[in-house]
Amino acid sequence: MSIFINKDTKIITQGITGKTGQFHTEKCQEYANGKNCFVAGVNPKKAGERIFDIPIFGSVKEAASQTGATVSVIYVPPPGAAAAIWEAVEADLDLVVCITEGIPVRDMLMVRNKMKEKEAKGGKKTLLLGPNCPGLITPDEVKIGIMPGHIHRKGRIGVVSRSGTLTYEAVGQLTEIGLGQSSAVGIGGDPINGLKHIDVMKAFNDDPETDAVIMIGEIGGPDEAEAAVWCKANMKKPIVGFIAGVTAPAGKRMGHAGALISGGADTADAKLAIMEECGFTVTRNPSEMAKLLKALL
Amino acid sequence: MKIHEYQGKQILKKFGVTVPRGIHCTSVDDAVKAAETLGGKVWVVKAQIHAGGRGKGGGVKVATSLEKVREYAGQILGMQLITHQTGPQGQKVRHLLIEEGADIKHEYYVAALTDRATQSVAIMASYEGGMDIEEVAHKTPEKIVKVFVNPLVGLTDEQGLTLAKGMGMNEASIPQCVDTLKKLYTCYMETDASLAEINPLIHEGDGTVKALDAKFNFDSNALYRQEEIVAMRDLDEEDADEIEASKFDLAYISLDGNIGCLVNGAGLAMATMDTIKLFGAEPANFLDVGGGATTEKVTEAFKIMLKNPKVKGILVNIFGGIMKCDTIATGVVAAARETHLSVPLVVRMKGTNEDLGKQILKDSGLPIISADSMAEAATKIVAAVK
Repeated sequence: MSIFINKDTKIITQGITGKTGQFHTEKCQEYANGKNCFVAGVNPKKAGERIFDIPIFGSVKEAASQTGATVSVIYVPPPGAAAAIWEAVEADLDLVVCITEGIPVRDMLMVRNKMKEKEAKGGKKTLLLGPNCPGLITPDEVKIGIMPGHIHRKGRIGVVSRSGTLTYEAVGQLTEIGLGQSSAVGIGGDPINGLKHIDVMKAFNDDPETDAVIMIGEIGGPDEAEAAVWCKANMKKPIVGFIAGVTAPAGKRMGHAGALISGGADTADAKLAIMEECGFTVTRNPSEMAKLLKALL
Repeated sequence: MKIHEYQGKQILKKFGVTVPRGIHCTSVDDAVKAAETLGGKVWVVKAQIHAGGRGKGGGVKVATSLEKVREYAGQILGMQLITHQTGPQGQKVRHLLIEEGADIKHEYYVAALTDRATQSVAIMASYEGGMDIEEVAHKTPEKIVKVFVNPLVGLTDEQGLTLAKGMGMNEASIPQCVDTLKKLYTCYMETDASLAEINPLIHEGDGTVKALDAKFNFDSNALYRQEEIVAMRDLDEEDADEIEASKFDLAYISLDGNIGCLVNGAGLAMATMDTIKLFGAEPANFLDVGGGATTEKVTEAFKIMLKNPKVKGILVNIFGGIMKCDTIATGVVAAARETHLSVPLVVRMKGTNEDLGKQILKDSGLPIISADSMAEAATKIVAAVK
């Protein structure tokens, strides 16, 4: 098993006809069961055409009803990305993965609140991963997103992180010392996003094929602390934690829109302290994440 | 993106918030003319820089005659204004705002910002205006009243009243205060702000509610649709190297240490900085080359890092995913040659085409030190600069 996606997941690509969408769809198709998983693309102007043999539909709703897809991945450029998320939510998909970087915060505020309103009124709950994230992968089954597939190996360790390359770093270390991954999930670097550390930790906790988790965070926002407190009370599996940005100055945006220290509680030191208090094995040395985890098994 | 106070007040005024009459100027003569045009007997001469704490630093003066306006404008214009936000070198004052005096009865604090935890817009207000709000939040958090606005609904009358009463607003001024808060919220949303702060907001003898200051930050992701805001950008107030880097789509922030670092990905870049510190040195910068680094981009990144005279060594840390290690290696070799690199260079590469990349570095004949892990790379660069 794995979390959120597996080899039987059927996926729609929104923004499949753009340069980025095409490039990564091809890579995702080449990975493991990708050929059978990526079943549809969406572009209202190119409905009826095909790309890499994938049929293009005029809307997400149509693509879902024609192919049975329950997940979508979004490469739509920033100005239209929030609308693309909403289209997927209105089509009642299970999961939307938004790769797009640079979506205005106001657009994300509106779409997140629309999603919550829909749920509150009894509508179907759609999970959102991202935006500004690498996506997620279940090794040897399916990858949805822009991560390099070949560094992964099937196994029983979960990885969750806000940063793309730092996720790859953790995965690379695990694979190198012989530990495979159940799933690796990049939740993205934006301040207003969908799934948070706590949601992914809950999923890993419930997954019988995950034995332990590496949780990686960074400066800015309350998410890691919230997840740590939840884990203290509920998590049954060992966790290694790392927070990037001990050396980051306050008030400066460190690349990611959400990586900004704005108070006392969102520094790397404060987050490391609360994670340690909550029973995580924390490290300040990102080179030893996998080694530390192995020692806990 | 930040703007000046006088620009912030123009925006507030456009959205219907009452602000003092004022005139922006850039010379002493114009400052005196501005005071004449405004009339009255009291004027405020205000330094315009992007940093806060201007009053304490001597950048805000009250003048009671045109001679005093001339004197203060002469003192402030061109000075290196040092505040707790500028760093010890201060910031040169190039712009002034001359304003009519205000009849201040009490100073309050109000601000709008995006709240990540609730995914809403938080409006904060306090009776303790004119002070450092972080200090108030720390020492007496009960003096700050906060409401969370659902962006699908907007700031309601009820929330406005909660704020106005909670901040202890002068009874007679409450209706105008609620109206001002609603306008502040609208302004925040429509300009794609990430912070809109009025400190102080005052009420005057006749009950008028007025914004005496205006501080804005804007969401850089939304600038493409905010032409008016972009036109207010003042490059003199920004770090020259950071501007140069942004032209090449590089995220760069200069820091105080002596190890330059070039990394792909923001999280890995921070982790690399942290590792440098962990092994006994300090990073000279944050630099994320992003996902699609070309030889040109890497060369520019080297040039920007090397402009900093404190840099005694460089650490390159690349996790090759879609970006292949051989592409980066070619870029690093070209950049080292073009910049006639004379400081030690440690390169750590992992991921796609790792071996090819390492071979390119080796074959270059350049004295590039190779490393397998971040920790090893940091150890080697720290040793090399000692």
